[in-house]
Amino acid sequence: MSSEASTRTPAVKWRRRSVLPGFGLSLGYTIAYLSLVVLIPLAGLAIKSASLGWSEFWAIAFDPRVGAALQLSFGAALVAAVVNTVFGVLVAWVLVRYRFPGRRWLDAAVDLPFALPTAVAGIALATLYAPNGVFGSFLEGTLGVKVGFSALGVVFALIFVGLPFVVRTVQPVLEEIDRETEEASATLGARRWRTVTRVILPALFPAILTGFALSFARGVGEYGSVIFIANNLPFESEIAPLLIVIKLDENNYAGATAIATIMLVIAFVMLFVVNLLQAWSRKWFGHD
Amino acid sequence: MRRRLIAALVAGALGACGSAADEIVLLNASFDPTGDLYEDFNAAFSASYRTLDGKRVSIGMSHAGSGKQARSVIDGMQADVVTLALQRDIDLIAEKTGKIPQDWRSRLPGNSAPYTSTIVLLVRGGNPKNIRDWDDLVRKGVSVVTPNPKTSGGARWNYLAAWAWAARRFAGDEARMGAFVGDIYRNAAKLDSGARGSTTTFSRQGTGDVLITWENEAFQLLAESGPGQFEMVYPSLSIRAEPPVAVVEGNASRHGALKAAQDYLAYLYSPEGQRIIARHYFRPFDPGAADPADLARFRQIEMVSIDDPLFGGWKAAQAKHFDAGGLFDQIYKPAG
Repeated sequence: MSSEASTRTPAVKWRRRSVLPGFGLSLGYTIAYLSLVVLIPLAGLAIKSASLGWSEFWAIAFDPRVGAALQLSFGAALVAAVVNTVFGVLVAWVLVRYRFPGRRWLDAAVDLPFALPTAVAGIALATLYAPNGVFGSFLEGTLGVKVGFSALGVVFALIFVGLPFVVRTVQPVLEEIDRETEEASATLGARRWRTVTRVILPALFPAILTGFALSFARGVGEYGSVIFIANNLPFESEIAPLLIVIKLDENNYAGATAIATIMLVIAFVMLFVVNLLQAWSRKWFGHD
Repeated sequence: MRRRLIAALVAGALGACGSAADEIVLLNASFDPTGDLYEDFNAAFSASYRTLDGKRVSIGMSHAGSGKQARSVIDGMQADVVTLALQRDIDLIAEKTGKIPQDWRSRLPGNSAPYTSTIVLLVRGGNPKNIRDWDDLVRKGVSVVTPNPKTSGGARWNYLAAWAWAARRFAGDEARMGAFVGDIYRNAAKLDSGARGSTTTFSRQGTGDVLITWENEAFQLLAESGPGQFEMVYPSLSIRAEPPVAVVEGNASRHGALKAAQDYLAYLYSPEGQRIIARHYFRPFDPGAADPADLARFRQIEMVSIDDPLFGGWKAAQAKHFDAGGLFDQIYKPAG
């Protein structure tokens, strides 16, 4: 792949020689790898759902039950991602900027939701937040808020699985921020809040957005933990991935792939918007 | 569970590489609540059985929801035998892969169901909501736990048992029967994806006033829980659940294990097999072989069969009630 371009340089010079060797090889490898791992399975998905006619596809897409499930999946993921963004940045800040006993332990604990099988997390959360669980009995008895076996439970599960994404993307950037700029900002007379909003946050913003997007994407696809803490009733707390499993159990592969395709398109659009936002923020804050 | 899965995978791998070992490993793909039953049964079978050329046979188990197991076998899981919750799931494998003969149901006695069970109600100790029969489940304020019929084989038996009772109560008026069964599901606190999940929800997470479940699952929970914690309520009418078994001939032949697989299932019908079955709270096909003390636990109640004209067999029942757009799908309506 690469030899052709590099040996016949005079004919058409379609790219500038990079100082780093192996562009062609590594690009070829990247494309092959991505195709194998991501693109081919997704293409299979698209082809399978294309076996449905348009009318059938639209019937599934506009089925109110599918709509409710999609709304819940994306809505809950969005809420969870927002919560995780706020508190994840806070956690990252504390872990990076302060020294206290047990910090390393806390730091390690952040990764647990990554490592834990989601079903284990789901059962643990469901047991805690069930109406007679430790938190559940308090929340429902005292505050009248039902978390376990409700749509709110879905949000709680997604907060749990999504937290490390924000912390782990923000943390290294925060560690790299030059403290001297903050000090400079202070010596130039900026108040503390102004330093935070005008100096620190702009530098963190791309990382925060990435963390948000990862947490959101993870939440949209989450299945294992949610089905334990939600009550899975249609129109109440039935998530879209569960609906896909239900379609599979109906032996309705085309229907399942149709919902998957819809999810994929929505997720892609949302992640694309996040990426645009990121590019825009770089430009915006870069000129600030 | 995890260890069993690994055993199953190893079994599948060994089965695939064939006759080099002096042991044959069969893979049994089963549904959730049969774990303890097959643990005992497999040990008994392995201890007594040798193939004609003197090989030992051991069994790897894979447990999951019945529908999921069917799908896995269709997608290529190398199970030598399937022991599932529903006839329909085995039909599906036969239809899609041809690895099971179409007439599998007539290959073994009792419609290829070596054990049967029924659907019962499990309530909390002292029966605080005074639940006696199916119509108590639609009362306001009664919270019901049952798995999702879309994803769970056991849940389909639950649904059909309620339907059978409603058919008698409303003299076959389908509109009222549908409304009645719908009311039960509108009282559901949670629809788990499998029978085991619902048992956990009811027993460990303290959710719901009543659990609709397999009789064997109810007995097992009663045996494992403290005295007085739960009570079993037999409804006045229930369904005769027949979890069927079949040899996946296409796979077993390929592994050179067809005879062993057939003998394995036949052993379920042997006196020893039937004794183990009754001990694990399933109703044996041949009660004569079982321990009378085990049999005494089962109450004789009226049971409707899936082959009753009310249902017309699994194929018809599946299409009418559980397929997309079927009666079950019409229960849940958008809020507001």
